[in-house]
Amino acid sequence: MAIPKVFGTETEYGIAAVGAPDFNPVLSSSLLISTYAGSLRRIRWDYEQESPLRDARGFEPVPAREGTDEDLGLANVILPNGARYYVDHAHPEYSTPECIAPRQLVVHDKAGERILERSLNEVARSMPSAPQLSIYKNNSDGKGNSYGTHENYLVDRATPFGDIVRDLTPFFVSRIVYTGAGKVGAEAPWDDRGRSLYQLTQRADFFETEVGLETTLKRPIINTRDEPHADPERYRRLHVIVGDANLCEVSTFLKIGTTAIVLKMIEDRFLPDLSIVNPVQALHEISRDLTCTHEIALADGRRVNPVQLQWEYLEHARKYVEREDDTPENREVLERWEMVLGALETDPSSLHRQLDWVAKHRLLHAYRDRDGLEWNDSKLRAIDLQYHDVRRDRGLYYRLEAAGKVERLTTDEEVDAAVMEPPLDTRAYFRGRCISKYPDSIAAASWDSLIVDTGADALQRIPMREPLRGTKAHVDALLASSDDAASLVSKLQD
Amino acid sequence: MPQEQEQKKVQRKGGGSDETDADAGQVQSSSKAAELKEEMDDILDEIDSVLEENAEEFVKSYVQKGGE
Repeated sequence: MAIPKVFGTETEYGIAAVGAPDFNPVLSSSLLISTYAGSLRRIRWDYEQESPLRDARGFEPVPAREGTDEDLGLANVILPNGARYYVDHAHPEYSTPECIAPRQLVVHDKAGERILERSLNEVARSMPSAPQLSIYKNNSDGKGNSYGTHENYLVDRATPFGDIVRDLTPFFVSRIVYTGAGKVGAEAPWDDRGRSLYQLTQRADFFETEVGLETTLKRPIINTRDEPHADPERYRRLHVIVGDANLCEVSTFLKIGTTAIVLKMIEDRFLPDLSIVNPVQALHEISRDLTCTHEIALADGRRVNPVQLQWEYLEHARKYVEREDDTPENREVLERWEMVLGALETDPSSLHRQLDWVAKHRLLHAYRDRDGLEWNDSKLRAIDLQYHDVRRDRGLYYRLEAAGKVERLTTDEEVDAAVMEPPLDTRAYFRGRCISKYPDSIAAASWDSLIVDTGADALQRIPMREPLRGTKAHVDALLASSDDAASLVSKLQD
Repeated sequence: MPQEQEQKKVQRKGGGSDETDADAGQVQSSSKAAELKEEMDDILDEIDSVLEENAEEFVKSYVQKGGE
């Protein structure tokens, strides 16, 4: 039986300084985060990996701390909503708290955009003479450099990894027809068309292999990083690096919702073999076909286009959900999935309210027509970039949203609440609430631990290896009756 | 510019076909195009108002190193 799907996204944002191209992106990212986090930046990230098989359910003394990146002074904070906000190389990165429903994830993914926007505002207010920073939720600088938007899904450790590779690869290669964020230009070294091209995805050009551990070179469609941030005997965290950063809420919703159902089908061995003969080449070709009709060869001898391949996954998902997992959330995923595939089949351009690659292409197309520009005009590259600006008064996605020209699945109120409030039904609730309630007593935190300073000699680590424990239902009474962290720890030890 | 220098390698075999043109799938009848234009006019004006000054220079200087 498939396990419940817990998921989250991690987004590395592009960063620039207007009029100061030689600014320092590392320090600027750190400045954004530490300015936003204020006093919370004192709480450090707990890098201590899970201690091996001695799964102590109780408390472990915390060993002396080793030097980390943080000692260089780069910001790395845990927020009251259970998210992590930190500097990753030369980018600000936002990791959502753990979610269990696709719509909930959309809300928290959007909350990340709002946090970056608030950070920009805070820095502008506190340092008015500094160069104006800008932040982009995209995955490429158009010059051959890519940065990631990763998805994470909790997967049963018992599922053979080979099954995941076989059944997920064709799905990832074909889902780009609705998850792609669109890009002006080609960045694959074998494609000499430069900017005179528009493609479905930001990321496809950077993928060169089928399976592997790398994330920054020779990127694989299936990433094998095995760092569960949970009980390693029971769980795997599937780390997905092949996706784009989405602004359209329907794109994010479908990306997460369909993938979660497909993973459950894989765990329950529900899918036939839909292997693609050459998945990397297929990914590149599908990304370059705006009609979504390009046929690819399957290992069973058939030739299908990406929409047809997605229909096959959807047909199996319908049967699966009906028999095994009939929830309102899954039904909404199936309905939207079907709607999008139907529209992709008849007229992809009709999805300009739902999908990033279509919405952006429509802007570029209209602008190009008005001014009689060639596709390689750098003004179109500028529009591409501006689509992803997280500032709502400047970003073109947000200008479309303000004009009512994209479909929303969330409200501003929900997103604003998620800036401060954790999801109720995962361990993120316990993490976020402890950060809010006992900020001075939390010495460090990570996805699967909290380190508490109760005033005693040794710090105490609270392990959180079950992503579905620590929910509001589990811990609200405990938190309400614990006025301070020492009281919380003593109750947990009882 | 790095962009131009990168574009040199041979075309991928079996890869690029005619449908990879940036206009593919967007063939509009003239009436539909007029309708689209009317609907988009406000947004296009808005694009002009939000693009950075010297947008072309800005996008050329937009370089991101490191990540993931």
